[in-house]
Amino acid sequence: MIVDLARFVAAEEPYWLRLEKMLDRRQRDAWAPLSLAEAKELDYLYRRAGADLARVASFSAEPEMRRRLELLVARAYAEIHGTRRVGSARLRPWQWLSATFPQTLRRHARALLLTVVITLVGAIFGGVAVAVDPEAKEALMPFSHLRGDPADRVAEEEAAMKDRLAGHKATFAGELMTHNTRVSLFALALGFAWGAGTIVLLFYNGVILGAVIADYLLAGQGVFLAGWLLPHGVIEIPAILVGATGGFVLARAVIGRDDGRPLAVRLRAVADDVATLAAGTALMLVWAGVVESYLSQYHEPAIPYALKIAFGVVELGLLVAYFGWVGRGKAKEAAS
Amino acid sequence: MRVRTPEGVSFTFHLASPVTRLAAWFVDALTIMAAWTAISAAILLLGLLSADVARGAVRIGFFVWVTGYGIVLEWLWNGQTLGKRMLRLRVMDERGLPLRFSQIVIRNLLRAIDVLPVAYLVGGVAALMGRKSQRLGDFAAATIVVHEAPPVRVDLGGIVLAKYNSLRGQQHVAARLRAQISPALAYAALQALWRREELDDAARVTLFAELARHFRSLTTLPAEVDEGISDEQFVRNVVEVVFGARPESAAVGGAPAAAVAR
Repeated sequence: MIVDLARFVAAEEPYWLRLEKMLDRRQRDAWAPLSLAEAKELDYLYRRAGADLARVASFSAEPEMRRRLELLVARAYAEIHGTRRVGSARLRPWQWLSATFPQTLRRHARALLLTVVITLVGAIFGGVAVAVDPEAKEALMPFSHLRGDPADRVAEEEAAMKDRLAGHKATFAGELMTHNTRVSLFALALGFAWGAGTIVLLFYNGVILGAVIADYLLAGQGVFLAGWLLPHGVIEIPAILVGATGGFVLARAVIGRDDGRPLAVRLRAVADDVATLAAGTALMLVWAGVVESYLSQYHEPAIPYALKIAFGVVELGLLVAYFGWVGRGKAKEAAS
Repeated sequence: MRVRTPEGVSFTFHLASPVTRLAAWFVDALTIMAAWTAISAAILLLGLLSADVARGAVRIGFFVWVTGYGIVLEWLWNGQTLGKRMLRLRVMDERGLPLRFSQIVIRNLLRAIDVLPVAYLVGGVAALMGRKSQRLGDFAAATIVVHEAPPVRVDLGGIVLAKYNSLRGQQHVAARLRAQISPALAYAALQALWRREELDDAARVTLFAELARHFRSLTTLPAEVDEGISDEQFVRNVVEVVFGARPESAAVGGAPAAAVAR
């Protein structure tokens, strides 16, 4: 049977307008409470618009009317089928810090362990390379001040009468934060390439770390090394590992065909965790940048090594406690 | 891209082309740089207190601004940045569902790979090769970028419509044509009519012959509908009934052009 489209539109348009109005209101504030009556009405209007679309799409209609209905149904579909966790839209920094971040890292403990192993392998390689072939230092050390004799550097630093970073501390801290965050997030993003890029960056980072440690230990400058690296390193290195953990979480979703879910579903499932690990990495590197600029670069006699080492050890203890225990109670609560 | 809802209704998204997305990115890049000159000038006022703090804040501020621009705007503006808004593009979940914050973060983080080695080459190639025009960031975040042309009433004023349209008196034929011709093809025919003067004679004859041949193949036409009219005129008649336009002179006493079959 053929019916007049104008009559069809006249009959249905009030419902479409009502639905548009409701969706506009939801768009303005998606978190406003919806009463049961409103929810039922929204569902009814969505189904009605869907039926109208099915009718005009299956048979015949003006292209622009079909497009209008498609847009309307698409918006309503997103509103009705989209799931939002309570409070996930508004920033809840304390909730994130006291539960989400440590819980997320614990959930991916195996990926974290993998980052530790790769870094250690790199560190052993770098350490052995420098121990066996001191010439390798030239190729391995990224910064010129690391290529010289550690004993000379220590003597120079300890004899320095003026603050080398005076007037540049904040600038240096800013450079450290942005550079390290960029590199760590790059390591995370490279996880998408089946994890290969993350592995390469982690290994390279480990090689440099191992080479520096071996160089200073062989030169008998272990105390200086600990006082120099521990205050910022105990946060900076774990931050890189956390970022790389995010890379491996991403890589596992890309590779993991064994669980039978399509790739898009797997990637969607890890999106929240990857974003959390990325944000955590950036946050940790802000702290590391401040410590490196304002504390790590100052040595005896300005600051006693024992104090710097103790500071680093306390930081490490707090970090382990944070990732090991914070948020456990909330996780159990949520599970029960 | 077609989405089928659990209720059995289908709707389509028009995926944004890589060229349009690049244009939006240019707008965003210009916005970022222009706004940065103002923001950095404001930050440098900290120099009145400490030049060192001001320099440090500029370094951090630039990083936060460049990294956060896309993330914050796409979250606040429901999948749009300024460039996307200007070009009517929007980032969406590929299932048509609302974007999650983590999806926005991931698609913006993976920009670091998409820009490699220069000028979004990796992202561009991925978008050109993929079925859903996704760069790697979109792929990882399960997002798509769609072009949201608003539904507008098509004005056929620029097209010379015949006073007598043989299809207008054939409701069943018109309804079948409306059912068979996709919106994309209808708009293509409309564009062909709008731009006829830009085509040389041979190209115009070929184009309208192809369109007319296709339209004729969609349904059985009574002989009187197609008799003695050129291919171009036939296409005009089809466009008129598909878009439901009626010249005032012809509308009087004419059958309703817009009809829905039940």
